[in-house]
Amino acid sequence: MSKSPEDEHPLRALGWAAKDNSGVLSPFNFSRRDIGADDVGIKILYCGVCHSDLHSIKNDWGDALYPIVPGHEIVGKVTKVGTNVEKFKVGDHVGVGVIVGSCGNCETCKQDLENYCPQKILTYNTVDHDVTKTYGGYSDTVVVNKNFVLRFPDNMPLDAGAPLLCAGITVYSPMKYYGMTEPGKHLGVVGLGGLGHVAVKLGKAFGLKVTVISTSLSKEKEAVERLGADSFLVSRDPEKMKAAMGTMDYIIDTVSAVHLLGPLLGLLKMHGKLITVGLPNVPLELSIFPLVMGRKLIGGSAFGGIKETQEMLDFCAKHNVTADIELIKMEDINTAMERLVKADVRYRFVIDIGNSFA
Amino acid sequence: MSKSPEEEHPQKAFGWAARDKSGVLSPFNFSRRVNGDNDITIKVLYCGICHSDLHQIKNEWGNSVYPMVPGHEIVGVVTEVGKNVTKVKVGEKAGVGCLVGSCGSCHSCADDLENYCTKQILTYNARYHDETLTHGGYSDNLVVEEHFAIRFPENLPLDAAAPLLCAGITVFSPMKYYGLCKPGMSFGVVGLGGLGHVAVKFAKAFGMKVTVISTSLSKKKEAIEHLGADSFLVSRDQEEMQAAMGTMDGIIDTVSAFHPLLPLILLLKNHGKLVMVGAPDKPLELPVSPLLFGRKLVGGSGIGGIKETQEMIDFAAKHNITADIEVIPMDYVNTAMERLAKGDVKYRFVIDVANTLTP
Repeated sequence: MSKSPEDEHPLRALGWAAKDNSGVLSPFNFSRRDIGADDVGIKILYCGVCHSDLHSIKNDWGDALYPIVPGHEIVGKVTKVGTNVEKFKVGDHVGVGVIVGSCGNCETCKQDLENYCPQKILTYNTVDHDVTKTYGGYSDTVVVNKNFVLRFPDNMPLDAGAPLLCAGITVYSPMKYYGMTEPGKHLGVVGLGGLGHVAVKLGKAFGLKVTVISTSLSKEKEAVERLGADSFLVSRDPEKMKAAMGTMDYIIDTVSAVHLLGPLLGLLKMHGKLITVGLPNVPLELSIFPLVMGRKLIGGSAFGGIKETQEMLDFCAKHNVTADIELIKMEDINTAMERLVKADVRYRFVIDIGNSFA
Repeated sequence: MSKSPEEEHPQKAFGWAARDKSGVLSPFNFSRRVNGDNDITIKVLYCGICHSDLHQIKNEWGNSVYPMVPGHEIVGVVTEVGKNVTKVKVGEKAGVGCLVGSCGSCHSCADDLENYCTKQILTYNARYHDETLTHGGYSDNLVVEEHFAIRFPENLPLDAAAPLLCAGITVFSPMKYYGLCKPGMSFGVVGLGGLGHVAVKFAKAFGMKVTVISTSLSKKKEAIEHLGADSFLVSRDQEEMQAAMGTMDGIIDTVSAFHPLLPLILLLKNHGKLVMVGAPDKPLELPVSPLLFGRKLVGGSGIGGIKETQEMIDFAAKHNITADIEVIPMDYVNTAMERLAKGDVKYRFVIDVANTLTP
């Protein structure tokens, strides 16, 4: 008979878990594996609340393995390292993002693209190599294989840097892969939430001209004055959208709600690229004509490999890019989730784990 | 009052034109401009029949101006060259594809991508710099600016190479642009018509492993034994399609009818590319999640610039690539159009203009 979450591993752990698809989180005693030769033991200090956490705990994707301890934007301090670990030492600040394992020897892993490995292991809600389930960062500790631990840059604030581990890499990776970083070019960012606001900051760090495209005029002041966007386009204003046609080299679309692709493709110049990192749950209508007439493309991308996540953190540290966050205590998480459903946050909640678990 | 087609230019010309959206073509007297300093005159030998010709004569795109002389897969012999012309000499063979003009100064033109110039001038059914209507290659001669003429290598059979000027470049250009041209890659071709069959030939010449994806099992023997495809997938066979999931580096989709994209996206490996060169007139459905989780892309492409069209012709000459054609006399053209509407041709009609176009 399989062991209980508390007994399946030797090290005690405390977290908050969702027990069913109500998504309500509550204290949860479980356990972590011992720090093996290749492992890093981490005391968690902060964990970002990603929209995926919300989808997961409510079983929106139909793959929930309750109880779920979510959280894949983890920052903490190293407490112990295995004998084969050279890159990290006790006391280092480190991060853990969306993946904690992969097969290690497929073509994809060899190209440092563990995020596309068919056997990747996600930080939570996935069955690990040892057949136990992974639990994420809404908890006091985590044990991670050294190859999936990120060095946290010295000058980066731990709390505001945590969301970069998912939101940051999710926009950085496609910007590099699809060649969307040429200084002077024009980037459109659709949606101003966790992903969108980081995309604006990264866009400016790459030297791009950035336009935020949003349904709500109310976000304009924020986008331009605080986040540094060069301009703002209300997507529901047909005249403004028409005037902006054919002006953008790239667009990052962070919106997961169903929306029209046609007007966005129209904003692109010839040979323009629309990259989608949001996840609508139904197919979107796509008129092929504008793709053919303008040699435009639509591509997707999902977070990033470990090497490029490290590269992204170092880039962000160099350019002082962090997320805009609202720090919360663990016990406020359910209220935070309710607010997240209504997109009532600028722009990421981060759980102050270090001060929540006594 | 504007002049008649016969009088608007100084040189007489004769062709076949559609007069209205019935699309029925019939003999038509018109005229061509004087051969200017930068122009060449071509006596037309052959002209391919492109599916776009059929769409346009029937005003299916809503912008047809009649009378219309279609034809943009034109090959002939040069009979006159302007004093500034260096590209070809009288007596040499030359071709004209879909474009006869562009602005010459925008970014697209500067990058040799005249096909993306917003002021591009199509070979027929477009307004030329002098505001007169352009007429295409179902005619005895045409005058074209040197820049838009394609030199034809000696070893390319003119009739079978004519369709490359549209069908050929339409598949060659995106195969290069999207990097789907490397030896050993696995490449899918959706649809086996004018575009599709040429895509198979180019793909083999690039050293790729080619799978034809089609709704009709009846095309399998042809695809493999005659065109050289390595394998064949019947898109309606769910088991076959499932077995082929995640096997292709790229797919070129030549189909203009409405069809599902999800099965094609699933055929792609991670980081794979689906390139659309057909233009369905109704929107398709794009499933986003497989694009995301496989970092895949869907891109479009339309014809090609002049420089790359020349490159494509030279590549075809080197690798002996031509279209599979059915040569027809000019007066068969209306029947050919009816057969084309039913997909009843392997795989392009080519009009033997020089021998059969008689006033």
